[in-house]
Amino acid sequence: MLKYCIKRLLLSVLILFGVSLIIYVLVRLMPGGYIEQMASTMAQNSGGDQLKIEADLRAYYGLDGSIISGYWNWLTSFLSGDFGTSIVKNQPVEEIIFENMGVSFTIAFVALILELLIAIPLGIKCAVNQYGKLDYAATVFTMIGISFPTFFLGNILIKFLAVDLGWFPATGLNSSLETGVDWWTKFGDTLWHLILPMFVLVVLNIGAWMRYTRTNTLEVLNADYIRTARAKGLSEKSVVYKHVFRNTLIPLVTLLAGTLPSLFGGALITETVFGIPGIGKTAYDLMQAGDIPFIMGYNMFIAFLTVIGILLTDIMYAIVDPRVKLG
Amino acid sequence: MAEDKKLISSLAKSEDAEVKTAEEQEDLHGENLNDRVRVLSPGMMVAKRFFRSKLSVIGLTILVILFLFSFLGPVFSPWHDGGERVKDDSPSEIIVYSRIDYVIDGEEYSAFDISSSTSTYNSRADMSLDHFLGTDTYGYDLFTDLMLGGRVSLTIGFVVIFLEAIIGIILGGLSGFFGGWVDNLIMRIVDILSCIPSLPIMLILSVILDELGVTGMGRLYYLMGVLTLIGWTGIARIVRGQILSLREQEFMLAAKCAGLSTRRKIFKHLLPNVMPQLIVSMTMGLGSIILTEATLGYLGLGAPLGTPTWGSMINAANNSILMQDYPNFWLPPGICITLAILAFNFVGDGLRDAFDPKMKR
Repeated sequence: MLKYCIKRLLLSVLILFGVSLIIYVLVRLMPGGYIEQMASTMAQNSGGDQLKIEADLRAYYGLDGSIISGYWNWLTSFLSGDFGTSIVKNQPVEEIIFENMGVSFTIAFVALILELLIAIPLGIKCAVNQYGKLDYAATVFTMIGISFPTFFLGNILIKFLAVDLGWFPATGLNSSLETGVDWWTKFGDTLWHLILPMFVLVVLNIGAWMRYTRTNTLEVLNADYIRTARAKGLSEKSVVYKHVFRNTLIPLVTLLAGTLPSLFGGALITETVFGIPGIGKTAYDLMQAGDIPFIMGYNMFIAFLTVIGILLTDIMYAIVDPRVKLG
Repeated sequence: MAEDKKLISSLAKSEDAEVKTAEEQEDLHGENLNDRVRVLSPGMMVAKRFFRSKLSVIGLTILVILFLFSFLGPVFSPWHDGGERVKDDSPSEIIVYSRIDYVIDGEEYSAFDISSSTSTYNSRADMSLDHFLGTDTYGYDLFTDLMLGGRVSLTIGFVVIFLEAIIGIILGGLSGFFGGWVDNLIMRIVDILSCIPSLPIMLILSVILDELGVTGMGRLYYLMGVLTLIGWTGIARIVRGQILSLREQEFMLAAKCAGLSTRRKIFKHLLPNVMPQLIVSMTMGLGSIILTEATLGYLGLGAPLGTPTWGSMINAANNSILMQDYPNFWLPPGICITLAILAFNFVGDGLRDAFDPKMKR
């Protein structure tokens, strides 16, 4: 087990190295429009030579010289814990990520809890009554949910529920409240703004969870120990809710580790559509601006979460199911 | 008894022999056994199981309709001539208004700023019999655009999934068949590619394409290339996993004993067994490629200007006026995208159940 973990960790380091190299090369191929722009404003303000300022700025952000030497510089400072400074926001990258993560995490976390609360009981119900009416209805509805493009569902909700009917606010996180309102009103207001984005996330993701639960439950229902449980005369209720339910949860628990990137990395499109100032929207804006240090930092953060998520999934599998041997 | 023995021994010989004896044997009721037992080939059994599921038939129907709509539809459209879109040249009046609400001394006022101008083409026309979905800002018929957009979006989907499948089969196959360092190398590349966050990379690549000045159809080819490069890893994983498990089975040992060449072992014995899984994941993959194309189009990064695709049409939703007052711009392409993805998912699901020999229904 320990040997396996160490081997996997070393592999993860190798993967992260490859990912960082590819992203860095791509990022350096991007036009550096923002630095030019910044240099020209600075030259106008201070009256210096624009080309010289631009060269200085490039040197400051480690963007002068070749791609290879630039990558080496980025890698050494990254390994020593310096994630770089955002060009646009002039703020350390890790600070930007952690500052904006709160909102994104809250939305993703609440959405995930709701998804699981609905999807697991529904999936089990569907599997127990396979090919029943409920099964068909749930399959069709969750399939439609999976098929919706994020931005399309978001725009429909904004257009019809927020603009036409005025039930929900269309964008943002707060409405302009009078000063001096108490904390609860503010909290309620923010929650009101978060309902639509959360709804989008739940609709889009619930299908995958439900179908996974259903498939698993079907497999468990065919297992020998379920026949044993029935043979010894247990009621159908206790067979389903005690024996089937617990064994269905095994693979689901392991899948939870795979949600790490979406929990902490933000929902890029949902946040952009609803104008929510989370890490997803920030990343989208800064990527469009061509903020190289931030792009590197953010993408490495996501890649790190992905790698850890995969690793945790495998380890969790061995922990919750003692029959699985890692090797 | 003697006859029974004969039957059993011929059954054991081969399938052909079994059919023959069945034909020869008259049973007690004077019926030919062949009339009562229908012999189904595996392919027919898959088809039978596929068409028995309502959802897969619905999915297939939606797909056929979408294809006819996209590929045949423009031929009948008056706003499409010889591969070019035709502008509606009737003059129109453009009315731009904005509303400002304000409060003075507790009384609410609304101010309207209305300006009108005439244009030489029919801009943003309402839905009518001439234009089923109205016209866009430049006087092009939106219904025709929707059909032409379907052509591009569906073609991109098919081209990309076939490219992905070719790369995936070759690399996944090599990896699974040879194992060892080949497997290690290829799987590490797959690991790295699948850990790269796809949406950010798409954003970066699109900005690079802009910088390189790739326009027109060239942009579309680049787009397909990028989608392929990001997407082939899934198929490679599936092919490798299947081949790893098939490699250990007895029929492969038999193939080895028969002294078959490596090429024959791979193409005649391994690949046909990978096909069911491959077809299912290709069908599902088609949906996700169309989704990615649409997402890029929505972010304004996909297809070149002047080439309508479902993705670039839905980009109109980014404009707040179009989004609120002209749902005919972005609602239909969105519905088409959703329907296409839904249909591919239904068909993929149906195929998976149909291919599964454990399925009883």
